[in-house]
Amino acid sequence: MVEKEYDVIVIGGGPAGLSAATKAVENGLKTLLLENREMLGGIPFQCVHTGFGIHCFKEDLTGCEFITRLIDRAVEKGVESMVKTHVLNIQVHSALEKTVYAASPKGFLKIRAEAIVYAAGARERHQYEVGLTGDRPDGVYTAGEAQALMDVYGVMPGRRIVILGSGDVGLIMARRLAMEKAEVKAVIEILPYPGGLTRNIVQCLNDFNIPLYLSHMVSGVRGSGRVEKVIVTRVGEDMKPVDGSEFELECDTVIVSAGLKPDIDILEKTGVETDPATGGPIVNEFYETSVPLVFAVGNALVVNDLVDYNVEQGEAAATHASKLLEDYVSPRVEWKRVERGRNLRLIVPQLVSGDRDVVFYSRVQHPEDNVQLAIRETGYGKRFPRVKPAEMIRIRIPAEELAKAHRGKITFEVVR
Amino acid sequence: MAAGRRIAIIGAGIIGAAIARVLSRFENLQVYILEENYDVGGSASRANSSVIHPGHEEDPENQPLRARLCVDGNALWRRWCEELEIPVKWVGELMLFERNEDEKEAEKYVEWARRNNVAGVRILYGEDLFKMDSSISRNVKGGVYAPTAGLISPFEAVVALVENAVDNGVRLLTETQVKRIIATNNNIVGVETSTGFIETDIVINAAGLNADEVSHSAGVEPWFRIKPRKGEYVIFDKDAEPKPSLVLHTMPTPITKGVYALTTIHGNLMIGPTAEDLPYESKRDMSTSLKGLNQLVKEAGRMLRRTPPRSKIIKFFAGLRPEPPDGKWLIKAYSQPYGFVNVAGIRSPGLTAAPAIANYVLSLLRETYGLRLIEKKGWKPSRRRISTVNEMDYSTLDKRISENPDYGEIICFCNNVSRAEVLEAVERMRAIGVKTITFDGVKLRTTAGFGKCQASRCRIRIALLISEAVGIPLHSVIMKKSSIGIGGVKTLWIESKEGVKNG
Repeated sequence: MVEKEYDVIVIGGGPAGLSAATKAVENGLKTLLLENREMLGGIPFQCVHTGFGIHCFKEDLTGCEFITRLIDRAVEKGVESMVKTHVLNIQVHSALEKTVYAASPKGFLKIRAEAIVYAAGARERHQYEVGLTGDRPDGVYTAGEAQALMDVYGVMPGRRIVILGSGDVGLIMARRLAMEKAEVKAVIEILPYPGGLTRNIVQCLNDFNIPLYLSHMVSGVRGSGRVEKVIVTRVGEDMKPVDGSEFELECDTVIVSAGLKPDIDILEKTGVETDPATGGPIVNEFYETSVPLVFAVGNALVVNDLVDYNVEQGEAAATHASKLLEDYVSPRVEWKRVERGRNLRLIVPQLVSGDRDVVFYSRVQHPEDNVQLAIRETGYGKRFPRVKPAEMIRIRIPAEELAKAHRGKITFEVVR
Repeated sequence: MAAGRRIAIIGAGIIGAAIARVLSRFENLQVYILEENYDVGGSASRANSSVIHPGHEEDPENQPLRARLCVDGNALWRRWCEELEIPVKWVGELMLFERNEDEKEAEKYVEWARRNNVAGVRILYGEDLFKMDSSISRNVKGGVYAPTAGLISPFEAVVALVENAVDNGVRLLTETQVKRIIATNNNIVGVETSTGFIETDIVINAAGLNADEVSHSAGVEPWFRIKPRKGEYVIFDKDAEPKPSLVLHTMPTPITKGVYALTTIHGNLMIGPTAEDLPYESKRDMSTSLKGLNQLVKEAGRMLRRTPPRSKIIKFFAGLRPEPPDGKWLIKAYSQPYGFVNVAGIRSPGLTAAPAIANYVLSLLRETYGLRLIEKKGWKPSRRRISTVNEMDYSTLDKRISENPDYGEIICFCNNVSRAEVLEAVERMRAIGVKTITFDGVKLRTTAGFGKCQASRCRIRIALLISEAVGIPLHSVIMKKSSIGIGGVKTLWIESKEGVKNG
C-alpha cells in the first residue's frame, strides 16, 4: 500500500483541477493532483476547435493548445501528479483530516490530506436520460464520445448523421463531421430555441447548410444491427408530439448532445449537500462544500460554458484553501443563502458572507430581451440586452452590496 | 450405441448451455453447441426478469411439466450457482394485491404451492408485509410470500455454464447459423449450417425464438409456432431509492407473471416487464416505447411507497419471450427422425427450470435412444468467476495490484472495472471459442458500461483494449452487431477522391 500525506489533494486533471493544483503550489501548499485517465488535460484534449482561453490567455486557442499551456504551467511550477489513478472513496475524519483511497497501476493508494479540491468534471446525458425509445442498435454516441472517437482516436463514427440536441458540443460536432465529409442530416432540438451559442449556430450549422429543427424530437430509432433511420416528430407548445407530423431521416449514426451533469458520485458519499438546480454541490464563496475544507470547482460544481470560468474557479478555490489552512480554526460565518428568483435556473456560489466581493455564475431559464439581473433585497440591478440559457452570466457583486442584504438571504432575479 | 455419439445443441442460450453442461459429464459423447450470434446468451436469456421462481405460480393441473421442472430447477440452481460462482441472491418474493377480492386468487397460489411442493408459501397482511420490506406501498392489502425466490445474473449464468461445458470438452461454434436439419432414412445425420455441414447423430433444438423453424426443418410438429411476447423493462441508477429487499410483483395475468419491482443482482432498481404479443414474424422487434415506459412507472407506483424520479432512469430495454401454443413447453425426443430432440417454446419459468430441463433431456436421451453413458473421470464441476475490483476489500485490492498492475487501472468509472477484468473477459471469450470479440460481450462479462453513464466514458477505451488484444484496427471493433466506426477520420475524403478518380 502506498501511503502519502499532503496539504491538499486535487481530484481531476482537467482545466479546473490543473489550475487549482498550480495555484495551490504557488501558494506553498504540498499538493497532489490525481487524474483517472491516461494523461492530464481532461476534455479540452479532444477539442480541436477554437474558443479556448479568450479571457485567461487573451488569445483564441484550440482546446489542445489551451490545455497544453495549462499542463506546461503546472509542470513548470512543479505540480506533483499521478495519472491512471481513480479515486474510490474519500473519508472525512475531521475538518483537517481526510483520507483518499485510490486505485492506480502503481499500487493501491491511501493518501492523507487536510483539504480536497474536487474537480472531476461532468458527464454527458445519454440516450436513456433523454428518453430515446425504439430499437437499440449500434451507432448511438454522446457528442463528447463521438468527438473523442474522431479527434483523439482518429476514427470516423459514420457516414450519415443525425444530431439530437442543439447544445454547443452537438453543434461543434455537426461541423466537425461535415468537415470530414459526413452527411449531417439535421440537428433536432425539442425546445423552440437553440441550446448553443449564437456563434456556433452561425459557424457550425448555417455555414455548412445543416438544417436545425427547433420544436422537434426524435420519437424513435430504427435499425436491427446499426442505426438505419430516426423518426422525427414536431412538438407543440406543450412539448407533446403533434400527431401526423412525423417524418423519417435515414442515417447510420445518432449523436446525443443533451447537456452535461456534474459528476459528483464520490463527493456525494462524503455527505455534501447538493443543489438540484446545478446537479452539483452547494458551495460558499470559498468554493467550499458543506464538508469543511472540501472544495468543488469547474464542471463538477456547475456546468460552465467557457473553460476560462473553470480556470478561474480552480484558482480561486486554491487561494481560499491556502488562506483557510493557515492557522485553521473553524470559521463562524453567518452565511446568507443565495436564492433564485424569477427566470433564474441556477446560480453559484449558493452561500455568501458579505465580507468580500463575489463572482457569481448563473443561467436563466428561458431567453428574454432587455432585462436586468437584480438583487431583490438591495435594489441592485445590472442591465442585459439579451439573456438566454445557453449563455452563462458571470457577474461580480461588490462586498458592500452583498452586506446590505439582511435576514440571511440574497435573491437574484431577472426583471424587466 | 457403442463408441461415441455426436450431439449438436442448437442455441447457446440458457437452455442450450445448461444441456451442454449436463452432457459434458460423459466421456462417450461429443457435444457441439451451434450459435448464430457472435456470443452466447444473446437473446431471451439476457433480457428477462432475472428471477429464480419458487414454482407456486405454475398450474399443477394444466402445466404439470412446467411446475415440476420449475421447483426442481430452483433447488438445482442453489448448487449450480455455488459450483460455478454465478452471482445469485436468495431473497424471497411477495406477490402483492391491493383489493380484498384478490384474496381468493392469492389463496389459489398457496394451494398450488402445496401441490407443487413449494415450501413456506403463505399470505401476509399489513404490518407483517411492511416489516418484511419497507419499500412496499401502504395501499397494498396483502401479499403471497414465497421464501425460495432468488435473483440471478442471467447472462453470467449462460457464460458460466458454457465456460464450464467447454472446460469439460464441449465445443462452441459461434457465428454458425443452422440452415437445415438433415436426416437420411429417418435418422439424423447432420446439420447444414452457414459455415458448413456438421455431422451429428443427435440434434437438440434449443433455438429459443427460432425453435419452431428448426423443428419444422426436421419435419416434426408442423403446427408448432412460437409467438414472440415482448417485455419492456426500466432500470434506475444505483443511487435511486427505494431498493426492495425482496422480489415484489403484481398478480399474474393470463399472459404474464405480473410486473416486478426488484433490486437486481448488480444493485439497481428494475421494473418490468410489460407484456405485448407480437406477430409471429416479429422475432427481432426488441424496440422500447414511451407507452411501455409510462406503464411501468405507473405499475411501480402500485407496488412501491414512492418511485424514484424519471431522471434516475439509466436504461430501458426489451426482451422477447418465446411463447408456445397454450404456454406448453415442447420437450420431446423423436424416433422419427431418430435423433431429433425438441426443447422448444421454453417461456417463463425457463430460466428457473433450465438445470432441471437439462437433466430431463438427459433422461429422455437415455430412454429414447438407449444411451449408455460413461461418466468422465476428470469432470470438473466448478468454474471461477472473474474477480472484480468493485467487490474487493482494500487489502485484497492492494495485493492484486501488486501482483498485476492492471487491476489498478480503472477503465469503467461508474462500476470500477479494471483493465485486468476487461482483458480477462476478452481471454475468456476466446477460450470458449468466440471468434469476434465484441464490446457487448466484455460489457456483459464485467459490468463495464452498466452504470449511470451507460458506457459513454468507457466504450472507446474498452474498444481500444479489444483492438490491441485481438490485433485489429480500432474502427473495426464490433459493439454489439456493428463496428464502432467506418475507418480512419479521413475515410470519406479518401472515398470521395477515389470516386472522382474512378468516375
